[in-house]
Amino acid sequence: MRYLPLQAADREAMLAAIGVAGIDDLFIDVPADKLLAEPPELPLGKSEMEVERELGRLVAQNVSASSVPFFVGCGAYKHHVPATVDHLIQRSEFLTSYTPYQPEISQGTLQVLFEFQTQVARLTGMDVANASMYDGSTAAGEAVLMAHRLTKRSKAVLSGGLHPHYVAVIETLSRHGGATVDAIPADPGESEDLAAHIDDETSCVVVQYPGVFGDIRDLAPIAEAAHAKGALLVVAVTEIVALGALRSPGEMGADIVTAEGQSIGNGLNFGGPYVGLFATRQKFVRQMPGRLCGETVDADGKRGFVLTLSTREQHIRRDKATSNICTNSGLCALAFTIHLSLLGEAGLRRLAEVNHANAVTLAGMLEKVRGVELLTDAFFNEFTVRLDANAENTVDALAKRGVLAGVPMSRLLPARRDLRDLLVIASTEVNTDGDRTAFVEALEEIL
Amino acid sequence: MADEYFTEDHEYIRVEGDTGIVGITNHAQDQLGDVVFVEVPEVGRTVAKGDAAAVVESVKAASDIYAPVAGEVTEVNGEIEANPAMVNEDAEGAAWFFKLKIADKADLSALMDRKAYDAFVAENT
Amino acid sequence: MSMNTEGRPTRPTAAVGETPFETFTGNRGLDHEEPLLFERHANAETTGVDLPKAKTVKPRLGGLERDEPIRLPGLTEPETMRHYVRLSRKNYAIDSGLYPLGSCTMKHNPRLNERMARLPGFGDVHPLQPQSTVQGALAVMQSLSGYLLELTGMASVALSPKAGAHGELCGMLAIKAAIEARGESRSVVLVPESAHGTNPATAAFMGYGVRSIRARDNGTVAPEAVRDALDDDVAAIMLTNPNTCGLFEPDVVAIADVVHEAGAYFYCDGANFNAIVGKVRPGDLGVDAMHINLHKTFSTPHGGGGPGSGPVVLSDALARFAPVPYVLRDGQRFRIVEDEVAAEEQGNAPLGRLTAFHGQMGMFVRALTYMLSHGCDGMRQASEDAVLAANYVRAGLRDLFTQPFGDRPCMHEVLFDDAFLKGTGVSTLDFAKAMIDEGYHPMTMYFPLVVHGAMLIEPTESETRDSLDLFIATLRHLAEEAKAGNTALFEGAPRLAPLRRLDETRAARQPRLVYTTPEDPREAAE
Repeated sequence: MRYLPLQAADREAMLAAIGVAGIDDLFIDVPADKLLAEPPELPLGKSEMEVERELGRLVAQNVSASSVPFFVGCGAYKHHVPATVDHLIQRSEFLTSYTPYQPEISQGTLQVLFEFQTQVARLTGMDVANASMYDGSTAAGEAVLMAHRLTKRSKAVLSGGLHPHYVAVIETLSRHGGATVDAIPADPGESEDLAAHIDDETSCVVVQYPGVFGDIRDLAPIAEAAHAKGALLVVAVTEIVALGALRSPGEMGADIVTAEGQSIGNGLNFGGPYVGLFATRQKFVRQMPGRLCGETVDADGKRGFVLTLSTREQHIRRDKATSNICTNSGLCALAFTIHLSLLGEAGLRRLAEVNHANAVTLAGMLEKVRGVELLTDAFFNEFTVRLDANAENTVDALAKRGVLAGVPMSRLLPARRDLRDLLVIASTEVNTDGDRTAFVEALEEIL
Repeated sequence: MADEYFTEDHEYIRVEGDTGIVGITNHAQDQLGDVVFVEVPEVGRTVAKGDAAAVVESVKAASDIYAPVAGEVTEVNGEIEANPAMVNEDAEGAAWFFKLKIADKADLSALMDRKAYDAFVAENT
Repeated sequence: MSMNTEGRPTRPTAAVGETPFETFTGNRGLDHEEPLLFERHANAETTGVDLPKAKTVKPRLGGLERDEPIRLPGLTEPETMRHYVRLSRKNYAIDSGLYPLGSCTMKHNPRLNERMARLPGFGDVHPLQPQSTVQGALAVMQSLSGYLLELTGMASVALSPKAGAHGELCGMLAIKAAIEARGESRSVVLVPESAHGTNPATAAFMGYGVRSIRARDNGTVAPEAVRDALDDDVAAIMLTNPNTCGLFEPDVVAIADVVHEAGAYFYCDGANFNAIVGKVRPGDLGVDAMHINLHKTFSTPHGGGGPGSGPVVLSDALARFAPVPYVLRDGQRFRIVEDEVAAEEQGNAPLGRLTAFHGQMGMFVRALTYMLSHGCDGMRQASEDAVLAANYVRAGLRDLFTQPFGDRPCMHEVLFDDAFLKGTGVSTLDFAKAMIDEGYHPMTMYFPLVVHGAMLIEPTESETRDSLDLFIATLRHLAEEAKAGNTALFEGAPRLAPLRRLDETRAARQPRLVYTTPEDPREAAE
């Protein structure tokens, strides 16, 4: 078998060196009636060619984002990832290395993490960032737990603009961790009065920026309202490219900023693996979950990097850890850092500009279609429209016409009958004039 | 003249009148390695005997410091928070963690004196 | 003859044994010094990405434009390649050498996995596309589930947890939900002392008190010890099997029975599943929930620390508490159930949702590729080879190294303690650092905590016999050097790595977690 180097002669010699007659003598602690006599009932091993053929049949049944006019967002976004990124993350030393617990032979990983932490801190306008988390939703969940620890309170207020999956994750963590959640119902209009929900029991307010309907709001008044009651402002960003155009949450008074970093360096991948960003103020560093990379020197006085402040983590604190997390999203964080290095500030701002311009152009075209009402006034690259029809059926009809038109709100909030005519549409730098025209024409036919 | 008492968890308490000064022993700091962070309790907090009252961290380990006797925290040592290395340099002197108003001095009789502690350490190494 | 006068020496003439010298650049041949991104000559306009010109529109950003500079340096493509290639060369990797990290399963990462995961129909599909446009992706999830269920003998699998520890949380939440559904409330979890730190951390996060179980002298857990610790307040035991000492728990079935009799559940930490794939099914042992590390057992790459993937197999008793989302067969098609109400309509009682979207699809494709490639025969052979390799290392070292539980067959990893180093002045740490100079990543050190100066070695099935022989010979050499009193060799190690030993105390006492410059106001605040 192509992945197993030991040959029959090797196995024989090794068994002899160990001093046993057969391999099952080494499985001696397994109860005899539990040791399988035969391999499991699964197909035998296949050649590369056969595997490719089999998976090729499955992959052919999927419509990829690059193959059609594509406008699907709501927490994961189709962006162009430069060829350099994918090439570099496949270098053996990045792909097949482990967590950098032996820093002398892991400076590649560690220096990248330090660069990543710095990029994330600057992008979000915060003091420090960790070496990444699984994704944006679990990062938001961990932020809420951190706010509970810091304020010694246990109630989180969640804005109605927070992605329903994120709400569900936070609710699941809270339900079983003994905390409570005040989740304000989603409302595409901007009528939410967050301040009214904040009281002396509130540990944090969680606001998405831009919101799940695509809307942008000033977070500074929310920060003030939270701080006035001794609560923290947690900002969740699902489209990190937005921070190339918009004021950073840090500037507006956020205490913790979490984000989904997928848009930079990482493909859609049907939902994962993604990369969670987590940034906070210097004074909160010791309560921050996840891995941290720090600068130091070696025995010769040369600058180097190590994982640090590990005593917060599970392998040391065990039952007093800040979280049970073990892995970060290493390779995805590397992809993020490489892509962001290629972009630089100038490139990121330009990328954000193109995204916004494409979205504004598309919104302008769609507004003119009869039966379409644009609901979002200020937005970055995603906005919501109300249709004169069921949004999910419309999306299916558009898919049959070869356009992947966006996310019907009913997909995320099936119980909300009042939102069944809402469609959330994203438009990034990949969309062309042809894409926009195809969308509009197909929609006109259907409505 | 202050009386010194020791616990099996390597805390000491130096008693001056009704006040006990609590820290970790020299043996403990040696076992821990370089101390990088300490957490002291809040002034005013009431602790029972054996409550986790403070934390001392090295790079690879975090240890709870338990109250040797019950009492109320009257003072905490800000210097070791700012300079945790002091715990390695002068654990039984300037690097005390907190001071307690002792609830019941009779509790001290359950603790070891210096001789007994040294013997305990020798036995268990 | 015509005379060619362009000849030059073709044999080295420099004296052998020259002392090393300092170079002008600080570089050492192929090992280059590489500054931080932020230390390079800054030009705010540099970018390595060409973009089309933005359409001219009236901005609709609500007046919230970013006017402060972000201060992110940019690099052109050649600069980017060089920066990251140079950094990569400072890393050890499975592709460069044996990686004996116990409990990590550093096996070969097949490149077919990477090719398959990058097929546009897998890599370039959005989780919220209409389900009719992603039937192939849903089929992959169903297929992977089928393989995991057959290999483990369990009833159901939750695919969404994003890593092992996340899977532990999922399994324990399912157990908690099951107990609450019975109308009970229990507050204690049993955890062996040798457990990985994520186990008590997960239990504590959920508000459980942790009751520790000591092992017997032979390193395994006695059913009597479990019985003594059980009462009707115990929700579960979290047992790693094979355990963190590299041993199969021989009384695991009796332990499962006694736990179930007390109305509690058996959570199995599946980190060491690589020893028993195709040989033993956890479901046959009485396991109620077990997380699987796709990045260990099923070869998805470690990537310098992640991403992982931690699906959780569940018993009949726990199946209905699985979180959303999950994939169903609906006649000829597949459907993903994403919300709790829809799951409840099917008679389930989901514990909630653990992550946005559907889980680590990129890892599912890689793991499925591995499973299809190996097949039932290959996977069984891989486990046998992993166990064989670990015991071969044990046999090669047993006369020089000390085993805490005596010399006996181990599973896929072998555990030594530092008793053999006593009196040498060389610690486990020193020993490990000397291995670096010999071209090896050290084994797992100081874990499990129950053994002094632990050294946990897991060679995996991916090594040739020659590779194992050289590894054994090297460790023997180092052990002999230690016993001969050559402490200098170890104290100064490593000498040949890109950096020498690092000051971790300083990193923790004076944390510098981001790059700052003298002009940076944040620097003044520190």
